[in-house]
Amino acid sequence: MPDFLLELRSEEIPARMQARACADLARLFTEQLTAAGLAAEAIETHATPRRLALIARGLPAETAAVSEELKGPRANAPPQALDGFLRKIGLSSDQLVERDGILFAIVDRPGRPTAALLAEAIPAIVRAFPWPKSMRWGAASASTESPRWVRPLQGIVALFGEEIVNFEIAGIASGAATVGHRFHHPGIITIGGAHDYAEKLRACHVILDATERAAIIVDGARAAAAGLTLVEDEALVAENAGLTEWPIPLLGRFDPAFLDVPAEVIQLTMRTNQKYFGCTDGDGSLAPNFICTANIEATDGGAAIVAGNERVLSARLADAKFFWEQDLKIPLEEQAAKLDQIVFHEKLGTLADKVDRVAKLATWLVEEGIVKPSPLEGEGRVRDAQKTLPAADAADPSSRPSPSGGESASLVDLTTRAVRLCKADLVTQVVGEFPELQGIIGGHLSAAQGEDPRVTAAIRDHYKPVGQGDEVPTAPVTVAVSLADKLDTLTSFFGIEEYPTGSRDPFALRRAMLGAISIILASKLRLPITSMCKDAGLDAGQAAWFLDFLDDRLKVQQREAGVRHDLIDAVSALGGEDDLVRFLARVKALQAFVETTQGRDLLAGYKRAANILKKEGYNSEGEGCEKQLSYTLEPVEAALQTALDSAEPKAQAAIEAENFEEAMAALASLRGPVDAFFENVTVNDPDPAKREARLALLARMRDAVHRMADFSKIEG
Amino acid sequence: MSAPLSFQRLILTLHDYWSDRGCLILQPYDMEMGAGTFHPATTLRALGPDPWAAAYVQPSRRPTDGRYGENPNRLGHYYQYQVILKPSPPDLQDLYLGSLTAIGIDPLLHDIRFVEDDWESPTLGAWGLGWEVWCDGMEVTQFTYFQQLGGYDCKPVAGELTYGLERLAMYIQGVDSVYDLAFNDAGVTYGAVFLEYEKQFSAYNFEVAGTDSLSDRFRQASDEAHRCIEAKLPLPAYDQAIKASHIFNTLQARGVISVAERAAYIGRVRDLAKGACASWMEKNGWAA
Repeated sequence: MPDFLLELRSEEIPARMQARACADLARLFTEQLTAAGLAAEAIETHATPRRLALIARGLPAETAAVSEELKGPRANAPPQALDGFLRKIGLSSDQLVERDGILFAIVDRPGRPTAALLAEAIPAIVRAFPWPKSMRWGAASASTESPRWVRPLQGIVALFGEEIVNFEIAGIASGAATVGHRFHHPGIITIGGAHDYAEKLRACHVILDATERAAIIVDGARAAAAGLTLVEDEALVAENAGLTEWPIPLLGRFDPAFLDVPAEVIQLTMRTNQKYFGCTDGDGSLAPNFICTANIEATDGGAAIVAGNERVLSARLADAKFFWEQDLKIPLEEQAAKLDQIVFHEKLGTLADKVDRVAKLATWLVEEGIVKPSPLEGEGRVRDAQKTLPAADAADPSSRPSPSGGESASLVDLTTRAVRLCKADLVTQVVGEFPELQGIIGGHLSAAQGEDPRVTAAIRDHYKPVGQGDEVPTAPVTVAVSLADKLDTLTSFFGIEEYPTGSRDPFALRRAMLGAISIILASKLRLPITSMCKDAGLDAGQAAWFLDFLDDRLKVQQREAGVRHDLIDAVSALGGEDDLVRFLARVKALQAFVETTQGRDLLAGYKRAANILKKEGYNSEGEGCEKQLSYTLEPVEAALQTALDSAEPKAQAAIEAENFEEAMAALASLRGPVDAFFENVTVNDPDPAKREARLALLARMRDAVHRMADFSKIEG
Repeated sequence: MSAPLSFQRLILTLHDYWSDRGCLILQPYDMEMGAGTFHPATTLRALGPDPWAAAYVQPSRRPTDGRYGENPNRLGHYYQYQVILKPSPPDLQDLYLGSLTAIGIDPLLHDIRFVEDDWESPTLGAWGLGWEVWCDGMEVTQFTYFQQLGGYDCKPVAGELTYGLERLAMYIQGVDSVYDLAFNDAGVTYGAVFLEYEKQFSAYNFEVAGTDSLSDRFRQASDEAHRCIEAKLPLPAYDQAIKASHIFNTLQARGVISVAERAAYIGRVRDLAKGACASWMEKNGWAA
């Protein structure tokens, strides 16, 4: 069976869109095949800056003939209905068959040549292609209905076997011709088919496969680094692979004097602005070198390219160095004083106002003992902070007394100091140029002016965690600042009823909530959420929103840890839980239990009891069984009653002691008696007294289980 | 390779190149503006169905970029070389690369790349897709296919090339400071022509420009634009929009516009530009 080759050649496709485009092309093509009843043995897709290609291996030459039965109107339907149906399918009434009073038409569709099908499918795919942004171009764009593509389309190769599949898109006829590398091989090359496509391109300085280009970049960069260590960066490799058809990594250098600038600034300049790789030397510090990825095998071996790139980087680093040196001259207090000039949000005041709120909240967290000094206080952090200090910073602190106070400085003092300075870097020139370095630059400046390392670490890390997988702060000062910052953002925006909706979350409240949850759980902070919301001035409705939002984010956050969302619902349905740590401990104990056989059985027993109660419309709280009984209990009833008498206080005590495993174990003891009860008695006894007593017993069992969680929310 | 082109020879070479390819060679517009795109030969001519091909140098004033002549790479006043072709020809990339060869950049010696860069001008209500063109890692040209201008779909789409002349010249001449550029082949440097200019205008834009009078003039330009639109005179109306835009840039350099006000100012300039574009469309009888 022949292979199909498609190449859609265009002007340069943005690197970031190429992988997604490959996936979309494969998906849309498969959909077209499936709709026609065809399947390929394999589909592969490729992207370079200038082409998007698909190879479908082993396609049948024709689609299969199909016979399809179409359901028509009832045999006794009015004639108009029958006429309509016949018109639609193009048959006459004697060609219909009747079955069970309904008319059916058998429609035979003959097979079609696959090439004809492809000639229709490809233009349809191009029309429907979901580029993140697409454009019109050329004379045809006089109409806004003209074809759209990511950049102007320049050529189409469409070969089924070795035959051209004929169609036209945007005035471009499909054929067998393409071009090689833009500069190494600008002329036309003729492709024979899927079998020689990649090799013909390779002969013309185009590596079709992005994975191969990435490997060439990584290997070449490692080799070019010669003695240095390449700073590995997968996303940067992929980006460079998306910018080149013939990648050639080249090593360049910059003036070591620039290394006075924080390494993060240099790396960001190189990566974001220039797409260069960094290198480190033997002791892991940044080397004054970079690796750029050229797209040509230059006639001089790359000397001019390296020289040009060195000049560009040098100009950029000179800018960065100038900014950094300006920033170093101004103490952070002085910068912080300018925060009253920056609007945080029109309804929420300036950044200075925000800092005031965060200070209050952070102090409260410490004074209430929610964030406690730890015996291990930030040791790891302090070491880290010192390790990453550039030499220029490290030289300074000894000469200046520490404004943060000495060893004995209290957690409150350190926290207050850190909050006061944590946003100051937002008015620095470096952060003005590189907003993504907020916090990091503050940390460097804090270290340079000799702040306590715990304060420095808090300034540096208080935006963390910025996403799932990012490091979660645990040093107490950092925890206090970071958590207070996030909680303030959340309560402030909830207070003005700016809730995230759908895909709209302009103030990144989802991220803030996820961050707050991670910090609370990582340090097991006992934060009373409701009173915190109240102190922040949220009304009851806003606080309810806050708790719902927390619940929602908790599910997202815990999904990765394998915690079931239905169990979170089951616990949160109890209401009144105000403490995230206790909440989650309960959920986890519940999960450990319901995933055992015992747990599943108890759940089954519970559900049976709950169903009966619901069916019988039994609403009272299960206290009926305390009443004097007019009959002697069956042994299984008595056993269940005894089991409840024993389990209830045990479970209650364990829950109060926050020992949820033990509470679960106590409730688990009900499983046997409940099973025996269902096996041996009929709830719906003709004697109303017995029926009433049995329902009451089941209600008591349900209520006992509900001390732990609302089991009706549990799936399965 | 022969001796690298001087600054003026670079401009002359580009003029020759684009003139040979059918472009009108226009002169700079005689108003202060932030970019060559503001020239009516681009903004207004990119609207409507009529073919158009033009090339010109436009002085670009960016008051906030002034550095008192102390930064070798940043200027508050510099030159852009602007090419506008409507409809965008199918071989626009090749035409552009031909211009690089013409000014002495060999694409087998230097690494030329088209790197994604979508263009948007909030003050012109305009956007387009394209690239920044890199030569050995340096952005030398902005390459854009206009999709919308003044809020109107471009029918047809125009291709716009904006060369940063100083950068390109620095690259070709291999100098590290813009002020060391050879302006001509007789020993006159760019610094000899423009250094004093940079110093004085940095001082003016950052320290001296009268903010009250600027605010008044912004209002006046705005009023004037509205009167012109009412009088169905889109060209003078558009001039006032350009004027308002530059006044806004100067106010920004003076640091008297808060973040919230900034958005409002941009909105007002955009309304003027859009109003002028709408009036121009109407005057020409073009449907949106």
